[in-house]
Amino acid sequence: MSKQAGILKVIHAVSGMKDDPAPDESLFDSGTLDSFTLPDLVTGLEEQFGVTIPDSDLVPERFDTITKIEAYLDTKVV
Amino acid sequence: MAFLRVFGCCLPPRVVDNAALAARTGQDAEAIEKNTGIRERRYAADGVSVADLGLAAAQDCLSKAGMTAQDAGLILFSSGSMERSFPGPASVLAARLGLTTTPAIDLPIASAGSLIGIALAADLAARYGNVLVVAAEIMSRRISDASSDTAALFGDGAGACVVSRDSGFARIVDSAIYTDGNYAESLSLAHGGTLEMKGLEVIMQASRKIPRAIADLVAKHGMQPGNVGVFLMHQANANLIRKVAAAMKVPEEKFYCNIDRYGNTSSASLLIAAAEWRDANPAHLAAPLVLAAFGAGFNWGAVLAAPLR
Repeated sequence: MSKQAGILKVIHAVSGMKDDPAPDESLFDSGTLDSFTLPDLVTGLEEQFGVTIPDSDLVPERFDTITKIEAYLDTKVV
Repeated sequence: MAFLRVFGCCLPPRVVDNAALAARTGQDAEAIEKNTGIRERRYAADGVSVADLGLAAAQDCLSKAGMTAQDAGLILFSSGSMERSFPGPASVLAARLGLTTTPAIDLPIASAGSLIGIALAADLAARYGNVLVVAAEIMSRRISDASSDTAALFGDGAGACVVSRDSGFARIVDSAIYTDGNYAESLSLAHGGTLEMKGLEVIMQASRKIPRAIADLVAKHGMQPGNVGVFLMHQANANLIRKVAAAMKVPEEKFYCNIDRYGNTSSASLLIAAAEWRDANPAHLAAPLVLAAFGAGFNWGAVLAAPLR
């Protein structure tokens, strides 16, 4: 599974939405994520990709789009 | 050793429901309840002060304990919404209770203030005997209708607790309190200003830090969150409480929740919840109890109490 597919899998699971957001579409502005599903997204990403995301990295802007999430995970996944 | 002896509270009589709030802010009343779990909140009347509410809660607490104010060796007063920088409501409260030499210390910490007050009281009870912890907030004067999402959350109220060196219904086993000032700007109230909150940052951090603080504290004493009988938590948002319960794999029903009736009363909320829970459950404590809070600073933590042996 590609990284983007893995991200989409987590987004679908936590948001309950079936449509795929565009890579640069704001997940918050589109209503895909909100303040209560974002922590679930982070936990889901940790489980999906086997990474640990420290609290200090929990900046909403970092998880605003699929592209940004992918770029962030590139710094975490070896 | 220290004990939780008794809780008390005071809620101002004026009820502001979501319909009334929505008419003021232009929000959708049903959406407020869906997003926050809040149906109504209380507002203090004009002329009522933070110390006034704190006094009523303290008197409720002392009355239930069969104590007089003179039996308290120390007062810790938490408020993030006090009317002036100094002197704070602690000294005013002490004077209103007729105390002229008892130390009375303000904790201007906001939401986590009462939790930190109890944690400090547990350590200070050995020296001061009975420590009266009071938290009172008039948040309705610290919100702006222009920030309607924030305005919808908050209400006014006060709570109190006596932490005693000698007796109580639960033995305070341990506490853990934390501060990370890197988030100081995420939730703040400037002098003369209104509350500013970056909701996403608050929820993201709270939903991770609260479960961790609780799990670490109980693990330190050979327990798991599932061994705890009741969780009394700062009433910030019903969805946050559910999220904390889910993160620890604990049934939501173990979390006492009254946010639907009072909203977020900042540092008072933990003690108001505790007072209502204890009034409804006056019997002998059968399982460990956890108090937990998170708020501006960020400050957060947990207190573990156990049934009497």
